[in-house]
Amino acid sequence: MSNMIVLPLIVPVITAILLVFLKEHVFLQRIISLLTLSFIAVISIVLLLEIQTQGVMRIDFSGWAPPFGISFVADSFATLLVLVANLVAVICLLYAIFTMELAYEKMYFYPFTLLMVAGVNGSFLTGDIFNLFVCFEVMLLASYGLISLGGEKIQLREALKYVLINIVASWIFLVALAFLYGTIGTLNMAHISLRVMEAGANPLITTVALIFLIVFSLKAGLLLFFWLPGSYSVPPTAVAALFAALLTKVGIYALVRSFTLLFPNNTEVTHTVLGIMAGLTIMAGCIGALSGRDVRTIASYNVLIGVGFIVAGLAIGTESALQGVIYYLMHDMVAKAMLFLAVGMMIYLTGETVIDKMSGLIRNYPFFGWLFFIAMCSLAGIPPLSGFLGKVLIGQGAIEGGNFVLLGLGFLSSLVVLYSLLRIFLSSFFGETIISLEDEKPLPKRVMLPLTLLAVCTIGLGVGAEKLAPFVTDAAETLYTPSMYIDPVLDGELWQGEVNK
Amino acid sequence: MKINDVILRTVTKAVVFIILTLGVYLFFAGHHAPGGGFIGGLVLASGIVLLYLAYDIETVHKGMPFDFKKVAALGVLLATGTAVGSLFFDVPFLTQTHTYINVPIFGEMGFSTVTIFEAGVALTVVGVVVTIILSISEDE
Repeated sequence: MSNMIVLPLIVPVITAILLVFLKEHVFLQRIISLLTLSFIAVISIVLLLEIQTQGVMRIDFSGWAPPFGISFVADSFATLLVLVANLVAVICLLYAIFTMELAYEKMYFYPFTLLMVAGVNGSFLTGDIFNLFVCFEVMLLASYGLISLGGEKIQLREALKYVLINIVASWIFLVALAFLYGTIGTLNMAHISLRVMEAGANPLITTVALIFLIVFSLKAGLLLFFWLPGSYSVPPTAVAALFAALLTKVGIYALVRSFTLLFPNNTEVTHTVLGIMAGLTIMAGCIGALSGRDVRTIASYNVLIGVGFIVAGLAIGTESALQGVIYYLMHDMVAKAMLFLAVGMMIYLTGETVIDKMSGLIRNYPFFGWLFFIAMCSLAGIPPLSGFLGKVLIGQGAIEGGNFVLLGLGFLSSLVVLYSLLRIFLSSFFGETIISLEDEKPLPKRVMLPLTLLAVCTIGLGVGAEKLAPFVTDAAETLYTPSMYIDPVLDGELWQGEVNK
Repeated sequence: MKINDVILRTVTKAVVFIILTLGVYLFFAGHHAPGGGFIGGLVLASGIVLLYLAYDIETVHKGMPFDFKKVAALGVLLATGTAVGSLFFDVPFLTQTHTYINVPIFGEMGFSTVTIFEAGVALTVVGVVVTIILSISEDE
């Protein structure tokens, strides 16, 4: 029993509520929300270190033992994601503090953000699939608030789409849960895994698995992404960056959990479907990124390429591919936040959104220009930045698994990412400057701080991969051998006489 | 056009008390029987909404000068507060406890921290429902 596991969920919720009472004290709100998220980041580091010595940890709410009660389960995979998500959230908050208008900040921006992060953390840590649904809803409700904050016309249009899509997805999620409970009779993830293994390749379970696949694909933007580019382009920059960094990643996390832990039996069907969907997502994302002229559209389609690439790793499913998935997930959170912040900054500085109308930014803002360059290299996977290792490991897994189509698509997509961002870089940053010295908007040094921090993160993730390796290896091992997750959750009690994988 | 709502107002004066009492009854019944914070809160909220329908917002607001958003926040704070309270006693998160105390007149009564949690739920429901109704009715 360690109550520490629940802190990443409950602390942001409580501070979010406290901030409602501090509506007028914006300064206090800023400080408290920054402190909260940093505290969670520290907690997750402590958790991560403990997991290395004790193995997977869990906490049963009210002491109701699994599979009867709800538990939170912390393994290396979940905790690593909590850590990176909170770091990125702190940095996006910093950006919001420096750039956001006071009116926005007073409209419960910080409580919404904290609640969203609480939902994200809860989704990562929960060991109960119905609780996963609840945490998804916490996160989504907060994101509905954030996306419509400000109430501009275009924002409302996209927010409406976003809300409708997500409500439909949540409904399907609920239906899938009902089917699952009807067939398996349990909602605890470890217990589900055990019973599914017992049942063998049961067509009913495969159907349920595919329904879950649809739900999580909608949330992750895997193939069913039609809502994503629109809704990620309309909110204020800091919010868009948070969305791009966190929300789709939770969907991907759920996919990874489902198809490594919950439904490991009928992989010929599920993983083939995953592979096809990933391949199509990569292709569609590439087409979108190449054809876009609006910087925000290009950035949004880059999110899709990332999603496709990570799920391709999951579809390949070897241990090194899973390691790559974990590295790439962490990298993608940092790099996508950086890309969206940079894009938002470009729009703020020039007042334009189309790449051809911007030019020569690097002459006016050289430091910003080179930060964008780092983001670009990182997303394209150029060593020593953070994208490199994930790509190499997923590639290695693809070769081991003989999945050459996905391998080819994955690496071609890196080229497309590089090309699409290079296009922004060449046309908007290089060339003759269009902003005269008098018109140049001042760029305070502190606004560069969040971007610089993210750049440090992406370099750190790349260069410090050696230090991270033990954690990632442990996480991938837990994903690859479900018994490492199931045993600590069920205390091995339910194992007697059951299938041993 | 002014609608003649004498009947509605007269009935409301009496019915609101019945609804509010039922709400409180359901809230306490929830400990061992059907009911509880959520249902009790909904019934309480329906009473308050009926008041808003029969009278105008200003009149009701004079009697109940609360910001219902803050009522909801207070509710969540209470509920999460009891959940977090268990952390300080080194028992699993959300653990609840109860005891029996001899109260004069009533005799032995059960007291439980779940009631505080449920009160939080009830306040949240009241706050949220009233806020939703008020925001819908606000513009146009």
